[in-house]
Amino acid sequence: MMAAAYGLLPLAALLTAVATAAIVFALGDARRRQRTFWNLFGAGTKLALVLLMAHGVLQGHTLEVAWPALPGATLRLVADPLALLFAVLSSLLWLITTVYAIAYLEGSGQRARFFGFFSLCVAATFGVALAGNPFTFFCFYELLTLATYPLVVHRGHSAALAAGRTYLGYTLGGGAALLAGTAALYVAVGEQPFTPGGMPAVAEWADRAPVAATAVLALLLGGVAVKAALFPLQGWLPAAMVAPAPVSALLHAVAVVKAGAFGVVRIIEDTYGYALAAELHVTPVLSALAAVTIVYGSVRALAQAELKRRLAFSTVSQVSFITLGVAAGSQLALIGGLAHLVHQGLMKITLFFCAGNYAETLGEHRIDALNGAGRRMPVTSAAFTVAALGMMGAPPLAGFISKWYLGIGALAQGQGWVIGVLVASTLLNAAYFLPILRRLWLLPATRDWPARAGRAEAHRGLLDPVLLTATAVLLAGLLAATPLSPLGWAARIVEQGYPGL
Amino acid sequence: MAAGGALSLPLAFLLPLLTALVVFLLGARRAPWLPGIGALATVAAVADAVRHVAAHGPQAYHLGGWMPPLGVELYADGLAALMLAMTAAVGLAVTAYAGPYLHDGHHHQEAERFWPLWLVQWAALNGTFLAADLFNLYIMLELVTLTAVPLVAITGDRASLGAAMRYLLLALLASLAYLLGVALLYGGTGTLHLRQVGELVGAGGPAAVAAALITAGLLLKGAIFPLHTWLVPAHSNAPAPASAVLSALVVQAGVYLVLRLWLWTFPALLSPAVGWLLGGLGAASVLYGSLQALRQSRLKPVIAYSTVAQLGYPLLLLPLAAVPAAAAQAWQGAAYYIVAHGLAKAGAFLAAGNIRYSLGHDRLAGLRGIAPELSVSVLALGLAFVSLMGLPPTAGFLAKWQLLSGALGGGQWPWAAVIVLGGLLAAGYGLRVLAMALAAAPSDEPVRRPPQRLPRRMVAVPLLLALAVYLLGVSAVPALRLLEQGAPEALG
Repeated sequence: MMAAAYGLLPLAALLTAVATAAIVFALGDARRRQRTFWNLFGAGTKLALVLLMAHGVLQGHTLEVAWPALPGATLRLVADPLALLFAVLSSLLWLITTVYAIAYLEGSGQRARFFGFFSLCVAATFGVALAGNPFTFFCFYELLTLATYPLVVHRGHSAALAAGRTYLGYTLGGGAALLAGTAALYVAVGEQPFTPGGMPAVAEWADRAPVAATAVLALLLGGVAVKAALFPLQGWLPAAMVAPAPVSALLHAVAVVKAGAFGVVRIIEDTYGYALAAELHVTPVLSALAAVTIVYGSVRALAQAELKRRLAFSTVSQVSFITLGVAAGSQLALIGGLAHLVHQGLMKITLFFCAGNYAETLGEHRIDALNGAGRRMPVTSAAFTVAALGMMGAPPLAGFISKWYLGIGALAQGQGWVIGVLVASTLLNAAYFLPILRRLWLLPATRDWPARAGRAEAHRGLLDPVLLTATAVLLAGLLAATPLSPLGWAARIVEQGYPGL
Repeated sequence: MAAGGALSLPLAFLLPLLTALVVFLLGARRAPWLPGIGALATVAAVADAVRHVAAHGPQAYHLGGWMPPLGVELYADGLAALMLAMTAAVGLAVTAYAGPYLHDGHHHQEAERFWPLWLVQWAALNGTFLAADLFNLYIMLELVTLTAVPLVAITGDRASLGAAMRYLLLALLASLAYLLGVALLYGGTGTLHLRQVGELVGAGGPAAVAAALITAGLLLKGAIFPLHTWLVPAHSNAPAPASAVLSALVVQAGVYLVLRLWLWTFPALLSPAVGWLLGGLGAASVLYGSLQALRQSRLKPVIAYSTVAQLGYPLLLLPLAAVPAAAAQAWQGAAYYIVAHGLAKAGAFLAAGNIRYSLGHDRLAGLRGIAPELSVSVLALGLAFVSLMGLPPTAGFLAKWQLLSGALGGGQWPWAAVIVLGGLLAAGYGLRVLAMALAAAPSDEPVRRPPQRLPRRMVAVPLLLALAVYLLGVSAVPALRLLEQGAPEALG
């Protein structure tokens, strides 16, 4: 009895987010207090369920729910360590982002719609994380596209609609490639669960038909590369910057780009297996593209005058570290890439929250208007500084840990050029983050900002999330050696799942 | 209890017919509850029939105990049961929706006409799915057409009268072609029974001519490109409940019969060339309908063109049915497509009806800043569109996946490309509409008058129809198991 209920945990966590969405839709715009309660209750419950699952996985349990959707295609949710890495990240950040969004959107219209789709997004992200086979992965991946669209166009003005069109053009195009690839994979090898090290049936198939297998792999990777914002498919991400700050946080840190990067991991490591992907000459192309994206995103970020746009290009660059870690093909690099999945999320969500605070409290969107903002908003600016230094890879912050593992991992594979990419990225990151820090702290204020309303520099709901995530950036770096840190968990995934790398 | 199950076949036809008669005699105003009772009774009969087909295989009922070729046979296999069930779901929803829609004080005249027409049409649709011979099929098809045309014209305004007249003339032409084909077959084989004709008819010239005539008639009734021209004015000018049944049921009956006849009666004639021709028309429908839907400036024509596009998918089965590696999955996909499209399209048209009812128009540009009172209807519209796009987690997606898997499994790349491209185009026209509904009102616009209040039932019905598509999106396995009952061996 207990065991059966335990096994249903993945479904319960998924349905928690769906039910939250349904309740929020049903409550409508007017009932603010009830909506806030259900939002926080749903997010909290889901986090609790996910942590319970993580506990179960640590005990060595397998949590699995599956039912047949079609003859030959099963919807299957499995809690393995890799799934939980992403699920814990997204559930935790969902709770924090909900708190932030409630404060941020106070007084704006269509909040029921916003929070309803927000919950659906997280349900979809959870499904992507726990998908136990390519069919399930595709279903939730597409659901994520649909659920994020109303959030991207939330403001409803023509710039938002145009950004929404761009977003859909890219993501639905990617979705079509992923659909064709997944269906072709099923036709070729039937249904296979995600298997660490690759599906044996795929290896046999690739032996028989290497060209078809390569083409399908290209379709699959092309599909997820859109959301992972891999060059040259990154165009939607900066365009989607018109969305409100909590949505940017969702796109950049919690859900969308992460779903893409996570898809790369599932396809390379758990569908084809690294060895086969390398044999088909796909991983060198992938690491080259990741390297190009890292440098390209950083160079473009340099030229942006608007804070959120600069951060968006920074995401383009940073997310590709995950892909790079996968494509490098050593255990250490994969650990670095997976840890970066979490680290980048924590750092980027902090940065976007801060950008939102500047916009909301001071009304500033441009970087050159932030002179002296550090004195007006010290807490926000301190958090920004921590996250920015982390992005640059300054020890002992989270970003340093991932880059370190990526670097030594690549060296172990004899790919010294990756060090060059890392150095270039660090220099470029410094070149676009340090001037912001200089303006915040060193330059005198040039603008008359509205006086503080109370004792705090901004609404508590905007400030507490920032403090939490900035602290997490610090702790993820300082406590990296502990087994339950992102790095520790990533190491556990790799040691258990991919001993052969 | 096979006999009890068989009895529910004639009941599925007779109950709506009887209700129509009583409503006609009493007048809809004096007995507003009667259509609801009749609908529930029909649903119960259909549920019983479906249960028996699922449990005991195909069911046959011989009227008066006479065997074919002399007597009339009603026959329900898995495909027919699936169509009956989908029709029952849409029929119940439309009946529930039409009550408050018609009895609100503005539509008295329409109400008097709508109920008998719609209930006879429901009977005729059930008769179409159950008919086992070509002549009864002709009668049922005529009955469907002759009730569909007045439903288009029911408001009596100039646009709908013109659309109805065009529909009537083309539909009669279609009936004529069909009847001519039937006469040729009867002359050649001496029987009209669907399977007997299939056993006796050769692959010779007269049979081919007959098949061509019958198919042309059905393609016209099914609004397949290039014979779709009548559909859009007819379906977009009819009142909401009529639009829903016309698009979700009436034209789909035409497409259903194309599949039924080619797979059961003329399989010998289904050469690769014929398959490619019919599949090509389906593909052209998919692409042309979607592209036209992208260009419309009003909501109902978008949905009507989407019908043209969606009806093309089931026809893709015909070229795939001849490829052994593709046939089984494509067959499941095509049948499930009809079910998914029926529910989603009825939901979409009823939701659009709410928007029109409330705002007094359905111009896309006028949807900007749409009132919060309509948010449930917009949600229902959006949910239904997701299924039409073939995206998860809907029945439309599962159908598309099966069809696509069939095409890829058989190495039929062109059809696979059409399926993927059609989905992208559907996403284009669907999200173009939804973007307008999500957009904020232009700030320079004066405050709009509050929209007319929607009765609660009209708000709930489209949402429930749309949600049904998601329920069927969780698993297609029960429906596909039903479909296996009496499926042609080539598709097993």
